[in-house]
Amino acid sequence: MEKILSIKDLRVVFEDGFTALGGVSIDIGKNEFVTLLGPSGCGKTTLLRCIGGFEKPTSGEILYKGENIIPLPPYKRAINTVFQRYALFPHLNVAQNVAFGPDLRGEDKKKTAAEVERMLKLVGLEGFGKRKIASLSGGQQQRVAIARALINKPDVLLLDEPLAALDLKLRREMQLELKRIQRESGITFIFVTHDQEEALTMSDRIAVMRAGQIQQLGTPEDIYNEPQNAFVADFIGESNILTATMLRDRLVRFLGCDFPCVDSGFGENAEVDIVLRPEDVKLKPIADPVANVPEGVVETLLFKGVHYEMKVRVGESVLLVHSTHARAVGTHVKITIMPEDIQVMHKSETSPDVLRKHAERAL
Amino acid sequence: MKRNKALAVPFMLWAAIFIVVPLVMIVWYGVTVEEPIPYTEIVQEDGTTVFQLEDGSVTAVRPQKKTVVSLSNFRRMFEPTYLRLLLRSFKVAIITTLICLLLGYPVALILTGTDFKRPALWLMLLILPMWMNFLLRTYSWMSILENNGILNNWIASLREMLPAFDEWLTSRGVRRRIIFLYNENAVILGMVYNYLSFMIMPIYTVIEKIDKSLLEAAADLGASPVKSFTRVTLPYSIPGVLEGITMVFVPAVTTFVISQLMGGGKVPLIGDIIQNQFGKSSDWHFGATLSLLVMVVVLAFMGALNKIDKDDEPVKEVRIL
Ligand SMILES: Nc1ncnc2c1ncn2[C@@H]1O[C@H](COP(=O)(O)OP(=O)(O)OP(=O)(O)O)[C@@H](O)[C@H]1O
Ligand SMILES: [Mg+2]
Repeated sequence: MEKILSIKDLRVVFEDGFTALGGVSIDIGKNEFVTLLGPSGCGKTTLLRCIGGFEKPTSGEILYKGENIIPLPPYKRAINTVFQRYALFPHLNVAQNVAFGPDLRGEDKKKTAAEVERMLKLVGLEGFGKRKIASLSGGQQQRVAIARALINKPDVLLLDEPLAALDLKLRREMQLELKRIQRESGITFIFVTHDQEEALTMSDRIAVMRAGQIQQLGTPEDIYNEPQNAFVADFIGESNILTATMLRDRLVRFLGCDFPCVDSGFGENAEVDIVLRPEDVKLKPIADPVANVPEGVVETLLFKGVHYEMKVRVGESVLLVHSTHARAVGTHVKITIMPEDIQVMHKSETSPDVLRKHAERAL
Repeated sequence: MKRNKALAVPFMLWAAIFIVVPLVMIVWYGVTVEEPIPYTEIVQEDGTTVFQLEDGSVTAVRPQKKTVVSLSNFRRMFEPTYLRLLLRSFKVAIITTLICLLLGYPVALILTGTDFKRPALWLMLLILPMWMNFLLRTYSWMSILENNGILNNWIASLREMLPAFDEWLTSRGVRRRIIFLYNENAVILGMVYNYLSFMIMPIYTVIEKIDKSLLEAAADLGASPVKSFTRVTLPYSIPGVLEGITMVFVPAVTTFVISQLMGGGKVPLIGDIIQNQFGKSSDWHFGATLSLLVMVVVLAFMGALNKIDKDDEPVKEVRIL
């Protein structure tokens, strides 16, 4: 894969001494769709602002096609941004906003007008050209911002939560549309979202960030199935995170039982965290002959549309279980987990917080 | 929505006393003149004098002038003397406004620039002289520009120090003592100095309020700093510019103090004549008529500006007056 952007040990320390980025490194390939995912304030916007040229990093490098672009002002970068707060020009109408980039480059007016119409159609705002920005809803403004950036066909497009203001249905449509544009146009997308489902469905790779650092960088499958620490596991999808003991390679002990697993290399009797996805926790009738497995009692049962959500108490712990098969509250069950469904992780600095949060479910 | 009308009463009262009544009075004075009452003096046998009016009636008190409605002052107003003065007032005010704009806009722009540290302090330094008494400020300029003033003294000592410079000036026919004061330029200088901050403030305020993210968006879309200025900052600052123009133009077109001090009476403006009518000439009626004229012209001017503003309307909340 051809690299287009290469970010090396990027640090941003603000004047007040706050470290917004504490050494971020990431290589981004041409036409890749990379999503930055993380809690509010973790530095996603700051990272985009560095790439766009609006923030001078304290140290580190941003190589664009091999050349360090940190000294370049934003208007000399072949990068466009869909800003988190849109930043549309209120003194111009919708069409003039979208045409801002082409007009600056002195492109043919007729060609631009046609292109603007095409872009507006793309974002579902056909015929809105003459409208004032102030007369648009938040979601419409957001789509104008997308059109205004897309029309420039940049090499790299930075999108800072570009769909946050849209309703679910429109958001799904725009997700498909953006994904299609990215695939067909060859533009590299760097996308910020709070919505993990959006991240999982759209991205080639996801960078999970926390407190100015990338916690894990990988494909959606990697991130979901093999989170590297409790923070990532907790942030992506629903999960049960438990503290466990790795007895030896491929054998882990939790909930008072020993489970075969597929992980190795943690040493013997090592303290680890494990993550179990709710859909991977299987409930069996108490009469089932399977032995040496934890037993529990169903405490709550909720119908969630596609599946049932149950909370099952096992001693001190409570497990979140998703199943298409409902079990009445108070039913005694046996719990089985396939070896490959147990993800073993090293303890990290965030484990105590995450474990505490998960333990609180049991109260 | 139901509003409590009682709350508006104090303001209405205030407006009535201080705005409506004086205006009505000015209009009344403007459309009237004093006319002497014709009479004949008759000395009676007992030595007393009586006065016979035209209708034949006789009175013992000398008849006073009477106030009659007449548009003669309006006719007089359009005499070339007064029109010339009005024209000059406009010329001086327009030049002053333009110079203030040309000086004030860049200052406001620089002060709002991102690399400019502590703009508030600089703004304060710019405004500070305005807290001094207006006359004091103008007198200071006079003492700088006088024939025997600071500037002429500097030039004189420079000429002594640099003979070549002296020769060069002499060859171009420059007098030993340059006359800076008592001409139109001096009046304009005095006005620019006194009114410049009225131009800077409103422009500074609107530019300051421009969302920085809009400038970032422009840069993101490929606008160089110059393009960002012409495409974003400039259109946004128009309301401030219009407000600045009004704030400078209106006092400039009506002033009389500056023209009297800096112009030394040689550059009378319409304001001087009006002031004269209420002072030396003591013809309040004509003074009022001229005031009405200026008022109408200024109102027309502001109406025109307001229209530009409406057509443009990038920033809604800034309105002229
Ligand atoms: N100019 C600044 N000076 C000081 N701190 C700043 C500045 N800009 C941002 N920060 C801080 O840096 C941190 C990261 O901000 P950033 O905007 O990158 O977060 P984010 O991940 O985009 O969050 P969100 O998801 O809420 O948009 C925040 O704690 C923020 O308060
Ligand atoms: Mg952000």
